[in-house]
Amino acid sequence: MKAGDKVTLRVWRGTRAGGAFQEYEVEPAPGMVVLDALRQAQAAQAPDLAIRWNCKAGKCGSCSAEVNGRPVLTCMTRLEELPEEGPVTVAPMKTFPLIKDLVTDVSWNYAKAKEIPPFAPGPKDPDGKRRMYQEDVERIQEFRKCIECFLCQNVCHVIRDHPENKPAFSGPRFFIHLANLDMHPWDTADRTALIREQAGLGFCNITKCCSDVCPEKIHITDNGIIPLKERVVDNYYDPILWLWRKVTGRTK
Amino acid sequence: MATPYAAHDYDVVVIGAGGAGLRAAIEAAAQGARTALVCKSLLGKAHTVMAEGGAAAALGNVWPEDTWQVHFRDTMRGGKLLNNWRMVEIYTREAPDRVLELEEYGAVFDRTPAGLISQRDFGGHRYARLAHVGDRTGLEIIRTLQYKLIHMGVDVFMETTVTRLLTDAGRIAGAFGYRRDTGEFLVFRTKAVVLATGGFGKVWKYTSMSWESTGDGIALALDAGADLIDTEMVQFHPTGMVWPPGARGILVTEGVRGDGGVLRNSEGRRFMFDHIPEFFKEETAETEAEADRWYTDKKNRRPPELIPRDEVTRAIYAEVKAGRGSPHGGVFLDIATRRSPDYIRKRLPSMYHQFMELAGVDITREPMEVYPTCHYSMGGVRVDPETEAGTVPGLFAAGELAAGLHGANRLGGNSLTDILVFGRRAGLYAAQYARTAGGAAPAAEQIDDAAQDLLAPFAASGGESPYAIQADLQEVMQEHVGIYRDEAGMRAALTKIDALKIRARAVRAEGPREYNPGWHATRDLYSMLTVAEVVTRAALERRETRGGHSRTDYPQTDPEWGRVNVVVRKLRGELVLDRVPIPEMPAELRALLEVT
Repeated sequence: MKAGDKVTLRVWRGTRAGGAFQEYEVEPAPGMVVLDALRQAQAAQAPDLAIRWNCKAGKCGSCSAEVNGRPVLTCMTRLEELPEEGPVTVAPMKTFPLIKDLVTDVSWNYAKAKEIPPFAPGPKDPDGKRRMYQEDVERIQEFRKCIECFLCQNVCHVIRDHPENKPAFSGPRFFIHLANLDMHPWDTADRTALIREQAGLGFCNITKCCSDVCPEKIHITDNGIIPLKERVVDNYYDPILWLWRKVTGRTK
Repeated sequence: MATPYAAHDYDVVVIGAGGAGLRAAIEAAAQGARTALVCKSLLGKAHTVMAEGGAAAALGNVWPEDTWQVHFRDTMRGGKLLNNWRMVEIYTREAPDRVLELEEYGAVFDRTPAGLISQRDFGGHRYARLAHVGDRTGLEIIRTLQYKLIHMGVDVFMETTVTRLLTDAGRIAGAFGYRRDTGEFLVFRTKAVVLATGGFGKVWKYTSMSWESTGDGIALALDAGADLIDTEMVQFHPTGMVWPPGARGILVTEGVRGDGGVLRNSEGRRFMFDHIPEFFKEETAETEAEADRWYTDKKNRRPPELIPRDEVTRAIYAEVKAGRGSPHGGVFLDIATRRSPDYIRKRLPSMYHQFMELAGVDITREPMEVYPTCHYSMGGVRVDPETEAGTVPGLFAAGELAAGLHGANRLGGNSLTDILVFGRRAGLYAAQYARTAGGAAPAAEQIDDAAQDLLAPFAASGGESPYAIQADLQEVMQEHVGIYRDEAGMRAALTKIDALKIRARAVRAEGPREYNPGWHATRDLYSMLTVAEVVTRAALERRETRGGHSRTDYPQTDPEWGRVNVVVRKLRGELVLDRVPIPEMPAELRALLEVT
């Protein structure tokens, strides 16, 4: 993107009933991100352009969209990173039903979250305190970095092209949430059946698309899904091992 | 003609789903109240998510010497003694339990070698006191509360804006609002409302706050007849990003300084040594050597970079004004020469990421450029310290929207625990109130009036879009009611705000009601204009400099002004100012302030 040149945005405008890309010219500024450009178009030319955003600092995960076909946070995607040639195309996430323009109905994710039984800690230490060690929580802290932007859900081909799988599949976001609960040193609940059945972990064939788009760079597949698959197999065939892990708080 | 709406009945309606609103809703539901949680964004996206440093509580895990009494002293002194002492006492006593409770909900804080919650240093705190998770503590807290809440049977109304509180004979009877996705109207019939809408930083041009922070709770509370106090006390956090322009104002956590970062001017000098105020002289290091020893040995005095935020902000302002600023008009925040790259990436991962992605700056190798950014409102709804009840029966408030805990200036780390302590209390006492209060019913005329108000922009002919008025308002407040204020500037601001109000009356919305941000912005504008007038009027009233309120025409702190809170309320559509005495502190608590 050359300094001084106007930037052309091609933005999807429409509802479930239909729509089309519409072009807006915006004035670039140094370090400008796609969300800045969209808001400039909104303020000057299209006040009713629907965008979902909040923090504009990559922390809340609201402004997910597909920019030039790539699923990103629009607040963390600088125009300078994009090819100089041609317009910047911004489309809504494909996997979720459209509400309007760039805003999709992500309520499926909230419904899936509710299906997962909550954290269930065991008893405290005899002195009334609770202890866990940094080396034992480092891995789940990685999962807990998730900002729920749902980009991993959006690219997961189990549901992206097959909405019929949605009722029996939770998607990568909730696999790492389950891994976070399962690997928590204090947790006592057994979610093995849920992970195998309602959450549909078996659908995942480890193509790592989710890890590729994660703005928090969480190793969703390598550190979350694969160990979870192994644990589910172990727990399923060896309930004693599961119990031993829960009693000792050991994750390995 | 009556406008159609969907009606819902609850015992308690919580407005706002940041940490305070979530904690209030969890508690109200635990008390058996039928509870609704209403939020402008999706669940889990509220401004709490952006809190970085940590949650202050005298757990004593790192420094066993730390107690609630020391935390009390630090908070009162940080607030320049304008705080409500009882709120500070409740807060510092209950803080450890509220933080530990998060672990029962599944939070995973960073650990000490002994396996307990680790605590970090922050400005104004005598000991390392902030429970934290790297520099993403707010995310940890909001997610933990969110996943607790979804199993509590609370009905969540996401992307829903409340535009008016409904009353019956001077008591709360409900709330009126609309769903942002469909544009449909909603009426909540309820006896108790907990306002937890957060701050109002969006009224300034450069702010660390998200778009939601338009001060809706301020407008809702005023219109319902509630008192506000301390609204002139606005915190400009010393360190916001200055470059690139689109990132200006984004927060740079105080954790950078807590973890060893220092401020330098264009001459490379650690200029904070030149700006230590009398009030903090005794407890602040005089030499770089002493300051550097403090991180590992608290027998030394604190580095001047870690005195409370209002002081650091004034110092940065002065350095830039004196021509010793950085290329983009800030100062330098340097941790690269002070700590190893591994340490920086481990302790401050979000800062590393933020500067790399947005500014192309590697903070393990180069200094950051920073300048103060609007960050927090100490003032807001006047509440009872024990119950968080406002001055209107049935109205409760907690978190940033409520006033009293932080006085004239908030210490870093005291907000994430504030929302837990007083969020819980607001939910608890709102549920209790709802159990015992008599029936209340909103009048049909109130509902119809609220609906007509909201629809007016669609009928406005020849009006302008709300975005330009918003931007002009932000310029006015940045210029006249920023870090430093004076009478002439604030009078000019009030004249300009009046002109903007006239423009806003004819503001226009286009298109359908479904997910229409231009229409939503007309509503935000009403809140923002209200906040601007409230803050400016209160700031004009307080003729002294204290905490988050600095006046060039009254540069001294005046003990007489230290005895009162400035009150703003609305009577017959007009703002009215008043003063109330600050409650007298018991002698045993006053004695705590003398300990150094």
